[in-house]
Amino acid sequence: MPRPQQWGDDDVLEFVTLKAAGQSFCIEITQIREIRRWTPVTALPHAEEAVLGVMNLRGAVIPIIDLAARLGLGECEASPRHVIIVVAIGSKTIGLLVDSVSEILTVEGSQICEAPTMGGGDVPNSILGLISIEEGMSRILAPEILVPRGLTDAA
Amino acid sequence: MSRDDLKATFFAECEDLLDQLSEGTGELEAGTATEETVHAIFRAVHSIKGAAGAFALDTLVKFAHRFETVLDRLRSGSLVLDPDALQTILRSGDMLAELVELAQAESDEEPSQMAELIELLVGLSGSEEDGPGAPEPDEAFEFTAVSFMPLSFDEPGEDAEDVYKIRVPAIADLFRNGHDPFLLFAELVGLGQLDVSCDASALPVSDEFDPNRCYLSWELTLTGSMTEVSIRDAFVFLDDICEIEQVSGGSAGPALDLPGIEPEDSPMTTAEPSKPSMPQVAAEEAAAEPAAVASSTSEPAAAEKSKAAKPAASIPQTTLRVDPERVDRLINTVGELIINQAVITQKLVASGMASNSDIMSDLDDYQYLARELQEGVMAIRAQPVKPLFQRMQRIVREAAYSLGKDVALVTEGEATEIDKTLVERLAEPLTHMIRNAVDHGIEGPEKRAAAGKSAQGTIKLSAAHCSGDVLIEISDDGAGLNRKRILEKAVSQGMVAADAKMADSEIDNLLFMAGFSTAEKVTNLSGRGVGMDVVKTAITSLGGRISISSRQGMGTKFSIALPLTLAVMDGMVIHAAGETLVAPLSSVVETIRPKPKDILPFGRDGRLLSIRGTYVPIVNLARLLGFPTEAEITSDNILILIRSEQSGLVALAVDDISDQRQVVIKSLEGNYGAIEGISAATILGDGRIALIIDTDAILSLAGHYGREMASREEMDYAQTATMG
Repeated sequence: MPRPQQWGDDDVLEFVTLKAAGQSFCIEITQIREIRRWTPVTALPHAEEAVLGVMNLRGAVIPIIDLAARLGLGECEASPRHVIIVVAIGSKTIGLLVDSVSEILTVEGSQICEAPTMGGGDVPNSILGLISIEEGMSRILAPEILVPRGLTDAA
Repeated sequence: MSRDDLKATFFAECEDLLDQLSEGTGELEAGTATEETVHAIFRAVHSIKGAAGAFALDTLVKFAHRFETVLDRLRSGSLVLDPDALQTILRSGDMLAELVELAQAESDEEPSQMAELIELLVGLSGSEEDGPGAPEPDEAFEFTAVSFMPLSFDEPGEDAEDVYKIRVPAIADLFRNGHDPFLLFAELVGLGQLDVSCDASALPVSDEFDPNRCYLSWELTLTGSMTEVSIRDAFVFLDDICEIEQVSGGSAGPALDLPGIEPEDSPMTTAEPSKPSMPQVAAEEAAAEPAAVASSTSEPAAAEKSKAAKPAASIPQTTLRVDPERVDRLINTVGELIINQAVITQKLVASGMASNSDIMSDLDDYQYLARELQEGVMAIRAQPVKPLFQRMQRIVREAAYSLGKDVALVTEGEATEIDKTLVERLAEPLTHMIRNAVDHGIEGPEKRAAAGKSAQGTIKLSAAHCSGDVLIEISDDGAGLNRKRILEKAVSQGMVAADAKMADSEIDNLLFMAGFSTAEKVTNLSGRGVGMDVVKTAITSLGGRISISSRQGMGTKFSIALPLTLAVMDGMVIHAAGETLVAPLSSVVETIRPKPKDILPFGRDGRLLSIRGTYVPIVNLARLLGFPTEAEITSDNILILIRSEQSGLVALAVDDISDQRQVVIKSLEGNYGAIEGISAATILGDGRIALIIDTDAILSLAGHYGREMASREEMDYAQTATMG
């Protein structure tokens, strides 16, 4: 399978792998600002389902998005065991609620496979590529697609 | 620095210069002007002209040149300041400000009154005025002989040598700190001809002598074509301690016989009272600042001269230009600090810490320091309202001139400081109100005479701090509101019923209603239908309140109460459907715990609150914001009465009110986006975020909601029927 265009064959890349709705995903480490434990959020009026609310990140107000719900994989029942991954997308900072964070993967560009374009829901659109891992594969997330709908224009 | 940056600096400097200019013309008008005032005005105009030339702003240069010529005559005493000349000078100052604004907007438009004013100026500038045609940019330098100009000049020629005098006082720790005066002075030799005289009179007798201590002081005289900067570079470690003074320079001219600077060969004694060097440097910098745009190498010389020219005048205020974003960041961080302090306190209290324990009293200190810090940081953003008020002088003059009225603006409390953003955002509503006052408030001359008033109308603009608010008042001594006509107009526009009985204050408040205008003729100043409602909206959006009072035949007064800053506000912490929200205190009229009999059903789902004989719609806040709630409004709810311009009085039903406090305003738009009904967020003592409700938007939401309810009624009914 051809590899996605944004990575060269010889690029050495680092990804943080995470679990959401039982599936393995990963995000390029350069996009991640920090990882923290789930704390209750403040609900936003008229927000879409995946937007759980806003959280105080050292004085910044950041929206928290349920990754599983955003990908159409069902809602996540947040508990203190869950993890929030803070990612920077353009000028915005958002938090993603996930089940857990697993490890840091170091791979070469040539090891990344292109994601198939077939399939349903939002998942294929937001997956940049696939990396084979021990227990199957990890899906590389394109965080910019995860920004709540309707807000991308304002970015 | 790019050209655009330079231009931005130029306009920033222009603002300062225009402030100086209008301050000066204000003194001229008030008759408190001294010789120095005229000089200051001249300097300001000249500096603007010089710098404008550099940016090829021809219209501005042309006008400034004419203006300057007149001011020069005034300065030299060949022009007498009669009322006509004064008027022309005042208007020219306004015109200059307008031209700067136009240049900033990159508009080529020529203001309508410009040709007329230029003619007046030419008339005042006498016969020596050279023919028409734009002056050469070089003309900016024709006044080189003027001793106090903070403008700078080109590099002096080879033949012109600068002479600097440097005093190195006896610094006890000089050797201990690793300095060697020999090496220091040797560096100066490279710059020019150096003469060193050493004063050893402070050397003690033998047994007190400490070999590690320096008892010597020096006076150095450096001759050559160097700049003060290069000297300071050489003395970088001793810069604060040494006194560097330019005694003469190629461009100095008449400044050579400056008072206070002793002849070069004056004998030096230890008793010589040496001026403290720090304030001097500061003053130099301050004086040089207005010239920063055009600054070049001889800046210290110019500064020195400007200092000498007005020894008695107050030292110009030093200002610091800081990117507002940096200050905002600081304010944010301090806001965090305060929240963090509140979080710690809350947690310690929760952990059962006794309030008289050491750590709690330390925490009190922490709180005190944090508040102090916050106030200090807020003060950076605070600006006096003076420039704003001075702009209003201009507005009054322009408006009075075009209406043929004689109006004076009296200002009070110009030093009152408010947040910079508030200053900026007040300009428009204030302009509007001032124009209104000139147009509608002050009567024409005949009417005033008939009413036994002085021909000159007076508008008073004042600012004062009043219990955490800033109070701005605009009053005129005009005819007062014509309530009969206001009422007639409101009736004819269908705003009130024809048979309505209204109190005077209610009639006055009709002015604030959208689309209301009483002007009989639409002048180009006011009466275009954008009236006081716009002013009121602007003030409300700043978190302020506006009120009006008027007495027939005596005048009208508008009072504006504004918060000191936009970064924090007073809020009421409320709870609805398990969520914590903050309502801005400025829009809360009162809070009520209703009796069951005061809540009346209205329609199928609606509720009205009966309060003091009127009925106010009750809005369920949680439902309005889309939070899940099943609860019906009962007397267990607390009702918060809020007032908005569009919807009048509305009662918001909430579960509870827990606190009333200052909250730090956090934008939601940075990382998320605008939310209908929510203006911003804040962080509470427990570190959680609470949303601040936008009362005006909430009420218009409530309006939609009401209509939707009506259309959904049947559907809902069907649903409840099946559920039942």
